[in-house]
Amino acid sequence: MNDLPQQLANGLLLGALYGLIAIGYTMVYGIVQLINFAHGEIFMIGGFGALTAFLILPSGTSLFVALPVMILMAMACSVLVAMGAERFAYRPLRGAPRLAPLITAIGLSIALQQAIWAFYPNAKKARPFPEFEGGRIDLGAFTIGRGDLFLLAAAPICMIALGVFVSKTRTGRAMQATSQDPDTAKLMGINTDRIIVTAFAIGAAFAAIAAVAHGLRYGNVDFRMGFIAGLKAFTAAVLGGIGNIYGAMIGGLVLGVAEAMATAYIENIPGMSQLGGGAWKDVWAFVLLILVLLLRPQGLLGQRVADRA
Amino acid sequence: MRHRSLFIITTAVTAGALTLSACGSRDDSDGGSSGGGDTTVVIGLDAPLSGDLSALGQGIKNSADLAIKNANKNKEVPGVTFKLEALDDVAQAATGQQNATKFVGNDKVLGVVGPLNSSVGQSMQAVFESAGLVVVSPATTNPSLTQGQAWESGTKKRDFKTYFRTATTDAVQGPFAAQYMYNKKKLKKVYVIDDKKTYGAGLAATFTKEFKKLGGTVVGTDHINPEDKDFAAVASKVAAQKADFVYYGGEYPAGGPLASQIKNAGAKIPTVGGDALFSAEYINLAKKNAEGDLASSVGAPLETLDTAKKFIADYEAAGYKDAYEAYGGYAYDSTWAVIQAIKAVVEKNDGKLPANKEARGQVVEAMQNVSFDGVSGKVGFDEFGDTTNKQLSLYEVKNGKHVAVEVGEFKG
Repeated sequence: MNDLPQQLANGLLLGALYGLIAIGYTMVYGIVQLINFAHGEIFMIGGFGALTAFLILPSGTSLFVALPVMILMAMACSVLVAMGAERFAYRPLRGAPRLAPLITAIGLSIALQQAIWAFYPNAKKARPFPEFEGGRIDLGAFTIGRGDLFLLAAAPICMIALGVFVSKTRTGRAMQATSQDPDTAKLMGINTDRIIVTAFAIGAAFAAIAAVAHGLRYGNVDFRMGFIAGLKAFTAAVLGGIGNIYGAMIGGLVLGVAEAMATAYIENIPGMSQLGGGAWKDVWAFVLLILVLLLRPQGLLGQRVADRA
Repeated sequence: MRHRSLFIITTAVTAGALTLSACGSRDDSDGGSSGGGDTTVVIGLDAPLSGDLSALGQGIKNSADLAIKNANKNKEVPGVTFKLEALDDVAQAATGQQNATKFVGNDKVLGVVGPLNSSVGQSMQAVFESAGLVVVSPATTNPSLTQGQAWESGTKKRDFKTYFRTATTDAVQGPFAAQYMYNKKKLKKVYVIDDKKTYGAGLAATFTKEFKKLGGTVVGTDHINPEDKDFAAVASKVAAQKADFVYYGGEYPAGGPLASQIKNAGAKIPTVGGDALFSAEYINLAKKNAEGDLASSVGAPLETLDTAKKFIADYEAAGYKDAYEAYGGYAYDSTWAVIQAIKAVVEKNDGKLPANKEARGQVVEAMQNVSFDGVSGKVGFDEFGDTTNKQLSLYEVKNGKHVAVEVGEFKG
């Protein structure tokens, strides 16, 4: 167990990444009760946006200079695609049975993935992403990569900013109102269409930041990276209590740590040697999800709500 | 009307997705070439032309295309014009099986080159066998494909007499690396990781067996999901175990990132693997962390063989977009073997190709006796359909390139 601090760090970093993506699932679900399965692809497009920004900057630009441009470009791409998806794929289906937008979301997810595959140069295989020079940073009991510093800073900043936005600003309060009862909110003069677009855009912006963090951490972006990451982030959102923005982050962290622990230690438990290791971590992650849902169906931080008719 | 618009949009999105995914297979099936001749014979090609392993797959397709162009240009088989039909298996067994069925159903197909993956090969074998259609793989290396499931216990049995390959098997590839690491590099402690696929798990097993026999220690084992991106937890485990090196049974899309993350976790040790790590893509993915990593591959390095010089020159002259990669030479030889077998059949039948059913059977028989100097050396097949050429090489990444450090034949 001497590598426990290191494994905790691995799990928390992975979890922070899941959490950032999970925000988008949770916000959209909280307001329109839609599970936006194309969100993983919006995350992926952010990664390619950042890569594009890096490629069009003059070669040799320091990553410290390039990074802000890459973040902005990633956000621009993700937000644009998310808003377009909302406007053209989801809005026409508002009021339709819930299954319809869900199917559209899955179709959109495949379409976006294939669009990058077909039209982005050389995207049929993983594309290398710029990385910070220099080795790992030693923090005593564990080390982290230089690229992970970005994730380490971005996750809490994003969370605090979002918390302040939702509770203190006018738009944020309008968002809460819409999430509680869209019809009444509309009667109160809230432009619910605008609020819904805002929710999509904020989720996409977070996904874009996650995509940059993903690129810096793993050194490449891939047209399929949104699929697994999206699935895990969705799991994190459900685990934390879907609709709750803090729950998304907590769910992500719990999921990431659970995966790291399962990879590292399950096989040391007597009789479990066949059920541990990297190949089984997803199984344990989902076992955890099922347990939470059995014991606390609303998720870790979710509130029990009556199903809206 | 609400439902109507819903329906239209769902349909449009789905149709859009399907069209996009179909684009890939359409633009990949060019190949072939024109030429004078009375009969057209189609040579099928199955490889991953899109997806993670497409670098290897495109190299295979282009090399087969080159062989066919050369055969048509030189009128290798008088009266016969060859045409390539390339299908994409996306490295998936189920897709490969569909492709096999497609080839079998086409009367003009007298031989197939491919696939790349052992797991795909496994799913295709029975289809080809039932139709008596010959298939020559340039890349599948799992021993059980030719020698039966019980090959390890010594009872070799050939289940599919239509299956041939120009690549040597993992039965020698894993042990070859084990001997080099133990005897030459003097590294005694290994951490073995595999991706649980037919190829990867098989390779890791043959490596482990030989390494233990030599006296080495396996300090830990693990499995990963090749679709994952995050191997940090596995990498930290490796670092904590103080292994001398890592053996990875699997392919470069996961292998590159895995090796890189192992070094990032603080274990400055090489990752060693089989021919599926022997790709420039591996270095692209692991970047500077690829330095010092090793990969074994079947045959001698192409650049050192006289027979390969013409191939390399031709390949460059043809101006293909992708490199020929690890299996290009073998794909050329596999295609050439099919052409030679057809040539033998035509010669046997007084310059004419017999009807489809008969021709396929005769091509299988002729394949058994094919022998020529190919790109990768002497090409011929033993009683199991395996290549008689048992050469192997080990490559180390030096200054961002795979450099051959050991070439030889495996001695058990």
